[in-house]
Amino acid sequence: MTQQKPKIAFFDFASCEGCQLTVIDSLQTNLELLNAVEIVNFREAMSEKGQDYQIAFIEGSCSRKSDEARLQAIREQADIVVALGACAHLGGVNAVRNRQPLEDVRTYVYGNKADWYETYPARPISQVITVDATIPGCPIDRDEFIASVKMLLQGRIPKLPETPLCVECKLLENQCVYTMGKVCLGPIVRAGCKAICPSFGDGCEGCRGLVSEPNMESLKQVMAEHGMADQDISHKLDLFLTYQMMNLENEEPK
Amino acid sequence: MTGTTLTPDIAIDVHHITRVEGHGNIVVDVEKGELKRCELQIVEAPRFFEAMLRGRPYGQASHLTSRICGICAVGHATTSLRATETALGVELSEQTILLRKLNFYGEILDSHILHVYMLVAPDFLGVGSVIPLATSAPDVVLRALRMKKLSGDICAVIAGRHTHPIAMTVGGFTHFPTMEKLEQLRERLEAVRADVDETVALFQTLQIPDFERETEHIALHKPDEYAFIDGVIKSTDSGEWPLDRYLEVTNEYMVPHSTAKRARNQREAYAVGAMARVNVNYDLLHPKAKEAAVALGLKPVCHNPYMISVAQVVEIVHAIEDSIVLTDALLKRGVEWEEPAPPARLSGEGVGSCEVPRGILFHHYKIEDGLIVGANGVIPTTQNLQNAEEDMRALVPTILDRSQEEITLALEMLVRAYDPCISCSTHLLDVRFE
Ligand code: SF4
Ligand code: SF4
Ligand code: SF4
Repeated sequence: MTQQKPKIAFFDFASCEGCQLTVIDSLQTNLELLNAVEIVNFREAMSEKGQDYQIAFIEGSCSRKSDEARLQAIREQADIVVALGACAHLGGVNAVRNRQPLEDVRTYVYGNKADWYETYPARPISQVITVDATIPGCPIDRDEFIASVKMLLQGRIPKLPETPLCVECKLLENQCVYTMGKVCLGPIVRAGCKAICPSFGDGCEGCRGLVSEPNMESLKQVMAEHGMADQDISHKLDLFLTYQMMNLENEEPK
Repeated sequence: MTGTTLTPDIAIDVHHITRVEGHGNIVVDVEKGELKRCELQIVEAPRFFEAMLRGRPYGQASHLTSRICGICAVGHATTSLRATETALGVELSEQTILLRKLNFYGEILDSHILHVYMLVAPDFLGVGSVIPLATSAPDVVLRALRMKKLSGDICAVIAGRHTHPIAMTVGGFTHFPTMEKLEQLRERLEAVRADVDETVALFQTLQIPDFERETEHIALHKPDEYAFIDGVIKSTDSGEWPLDRYLEVTNEYMVPHSTAKRARNQREAYAVGAMARVNVNYDLLHPKAKEAAVALGLKPVCHNPYMISVAQVVEIVHAIEDSIVLTDALLKRGVEWEEPAPPARLSGEGVGSCEVPRGILFHHYKIEDGLIVGANGVIPTTQNLQNAEEDMRALVPTILDRSQEEITLALEMLVRAYDPCISCSTHLLDVRFE
């Protein structure tokens, strides 16, 4: 008798589906993984739908009350729930609007038809259900996804790196973007993306989330040394990290 | 409306159509042979990008808006940059224009290959996804993956990655490809021609359903090239509009059964996308792409929506050939490190437009003292929705003699042909610049 392959499923909530696409792309060079698992639900790529999965990957933020029941149903079925990407992990760009009054956001986009569309402040899925593992990033990193899946298949839970991005960036011998007059969140953001943004000449925007004890003071010091204003950094922090920053500031979503 | 008495009642409710980007439902009700209800519903959670842009520094807009859609990330970023650059009077260098075009082709190829091989071909080959094809037709799948990898690598070499581009910025780039990387791309582009020929050959063997409904097709147009970035808006019915009059063309409105908006111009609906581009700009296709169009029986003006996938194959040929031309030009002139071109002013208003894989896209920003104070976007799927629904309405009465399963498949294939990227269609509305 052949051993049963683990069944895995993908689900999406408010997202751009870029993380699911990155999953498809990661298979380009890891086709053997398709033999090790059975994908029972991947709406973007297949018609068949199965409901007997063990590992569920969830992309996207929870952004309306009616999504909560769908999330809970997935939680009940799956042994392991994995947050896939910044939208699911952090709230990501979906939470940018949380700083604006909800009614104002709705009428700005949908005018006098705003009531037709249900919504509430966007949040990470961990605010609704228990999450066992996270693959961070916007989008996720292909190699990290493959490595995490392999660990999960061995029954282990992948851990997120705790070192700040600067460490990774300096090992790569990148020119620090502060010396080019750009803002970078590297000192307070979790490493693991091969410092791809600084490597391509742009400051880190924090899509992988803050390290557990972010040293905001040292960041502010770096900023001040390079003659940058607090406002420059708040705009950066409010791209992927709005939800976390509002929590740190104890600010309620409007 | 005609109906047959053989199948008096049909109720189709496809919840969350698969193999499309995002969440959509098809609802069809036929009672006593008469079509009562025919809806393409978008049920995606709204994401409110226009509101998110308010108060942001203009330099962040392209990074934020690329997150509207993972497939069209480069398309949204490029359109966003063009809107900002128009608003602030930024003049681009020749090198920037060449690199942006090549990067853009990377995404057109990536999206078209994903769509024709992984999302559409399974229908024709009678399977539910590309995964069983990996064992039944491995050469087809490996070819698709090879072509897709090259497309993604084009974007990675130029802007760091396809989803989401890093090095694209207002006025230019923050990183530049080496000659060595460009030479490698050039070699792979040349080598992939064999795969492109095979793709055309594969589509020659597929039975494309025979169905036509005359409609208006709208695409960007330039006099001297097959337009993907900038141009004027052109219709197959008649008329040309400059970009800043896009609202006269799109005329958006909403219906209660869908979180996406809809558009209409001179008829009850219009179509955008690969087919519209081929219909509007056929003469400007690369000669090899025209050869492929002839081989595949695609003649402008074509009104069969199932032929959209064929138009995408024709564009794959065009994009590969033109990418070779662009890479040659870059290799010949060399690529130098360049500061981004500076803005002439920090306040202004501008419209940017590109032909992203699924059709014409508009971004419209108003900027004051470097901050965005008003934003509007009109995406291709919005413009196609009503047209797809009109197609469904015309198609259903002609296939009522089939089984409910066959009707459902025909409708799903129709919707998939439009390649609706529903994730980004769930936003937008009144342009109100306060
Ligand atoms: S995390 Fe980023 S790439 Fe992933 S779904 Fe969200 S917006 Fe898209
Ligand atoms: S570029 Fe960013 S991540 Fe790299 S060293 Fe400088 S601050 Fe740190
Ligand atoms: S450098 Fe920062 S913004 Fe870029 S991918 Fe890494 S964590 Fe995300």
